[in-house]
Amino acid sequence: MENKNNQILLKVENASFYLNDKALIKEVSLEIKQGEIVTLIGPNGSGKSTTAKIALGIYKKIEGRVKRFTERIGYVPQKVTVDWTLPIRVIDFMSLTEDLKNDQINVALNLTGVDHLKNKSLSNLSGGEFQRVLIARAIAKKPELLVLDEPVQGVDFKGEIALYELIKKISEKLNCGILLISHDLHVVMSATDFVICLNGHVCCSGKPQTVVQDKKYKELFGDRASNILSLYEHEHDHSHSADGSIDPKK
Amino acid sequence: MFDDFFTRALIAGIGISLVTGPLGCFVVWRRLSFFAGTLAHSALLGVTMALFFEINIAFSVFVISAVLAILLLQLQKKTKLPNDALLGLLAHASLAVGLVVIGFLTSIRFDVMALLFGDILAVNQNDLLVIWIGGGLILIILKLIWKPLFASTVNYELSEAEGMKPDKFNAIFTILTAALIAISIKIVGLLLITGMLIIPAATARNVSNNPKQMVIFSVIFGLISVLVGLFTSLKINSASGPSIITATLLLFILSLIKFKKVSDLKK
Repeated sequence: MENKNNQILLKVENASFYLNDKALIKEVSLEIKQGEIVTLIGPNGSGKSTTAKIALGIYKKIEGRVKRFTERIGYVPQKVTVDWTLPIRVIDFMSLTEDLKNDQINVALNLTGVDHLKNKSLSNLSGGEFQRVLIARAIAKKPELLVLDEPVQGVDFKGEIALYELIKKISEKLNCGILLISHDLHVVMSATDFVICLNGHVCCSGKPQTVVQDKKYKELFGDRASNILSLYEHEHDHSHSADGSIDPKK
Repeated sequence: MFDDFFTRALIAGIGISLVTGPLGCFVVWRRLSFFAGTLAHSALLGVTMALFFEINIAFSVFVISAVLAILLLQLQKKTKLPNDALLGLLAHASLAVGLVVIGFLTSIRFDVMALLFGDILAVNQNDLLVIWIGGGLILIILKLIWKPLFASTVNYELSEAEGMKPDKFNAIFTILTAALIAISIKIVGLLLITGMLIIPAATARNVSNNPKQMVIFSVIFGLISVLVGLFTSLKINSASGPSIITATLLLFILSLIKFKKVSDLKK
């Protein structure tokens, strides 16, 4: 793990993407290195998922350049729906893009807390359970690059924290690069190495401490959002105190 | 015990149902039943072309279906019409053109009914070769591309992101479907081939809880339908293609009863 930390996994250079002549994103650049967590934040419709899809090569007709230096990629899309006509269990879904041993499947499902659902039908899972399965599938193949598009949507509060901790742990353990999309500014600012604030274009970017002080960030998310970091750090100092006193959502 | 033509019919029917089973599952999963129907409709044009230029029927049908599939892809990109309208347009336009061309083929004796509904009892040894070699190839290719094709069926974006190249395998699947229609048109007919693809797979869905199981069941149901249909046709002198499809329908109804019981148990 010594020197490898610097290896670049993904590079997006000045990417723009148009749909029906409307620019969804304009001149977005980003870079992800091994062991690094890069987070995209921004309001709805600001092009976060679009940027992720461009980075992954799902959208190909773009201006600018995308370079991926690994093929071992794990992706948790924002939305996956599985039709009833397709009978598929969690265990079938786990090895969708890669053949996995039973052990690997068990370990991954165990990590996200859903090993008991292994033989259940995918269409019978709740939203939160499904998200956990999606994350388990993406990490089971031991990817070098992990792209997580709002990975904990619909997961209960306790699970949310545990899953973010897991994501952090995985980035260290596998030394993989992570591109994370999240609305949870709280988590973003504490667990991320680099933040990119999007609103069709890159508003501001940098280390969390830098971004929260940025004027554009404040314009986009409001003044209260700047307190996120201090709130979080406060909470961090007293990690055993109740969460109830802090409400970042208001 | 059987007349020779009946043995040939059995061997042909069995060969077809081995291929329609797994391919039909993908057609159902990917919601392509109308697409398969469109390809089948274009087979009429394929057959008339074959007669017109005096080339092999299966080959000609295959070429026309493949051209139609490419045309559809282009139309999807260039127009804003919904998919079902485009499919309807292609299906009936190719059917109409085929029927117009038939009008010019006055010198050739031509059994339109056999083309629409199949004539399994007129299968010759050459047809058997086409079915078993062509069918074997389709199955081998399907087995080879199973993983990426299945991944792209479950979720296109996920499979694209993780390097499964869904566009490539979707195109191969389209070609396989066209090939299947080409080899089975003589047996089940162009109006009924879609039924052979979809009904056994739909029946299998009612009694399966994972993809491989559904494929196996749909092959089994296809085989049973062919056997029941052909023996019935021999016994009561009914048309063979429609008899086979009627048998698939009976199995589907039976599976609904079983399905109801299973869902009751789950409650």
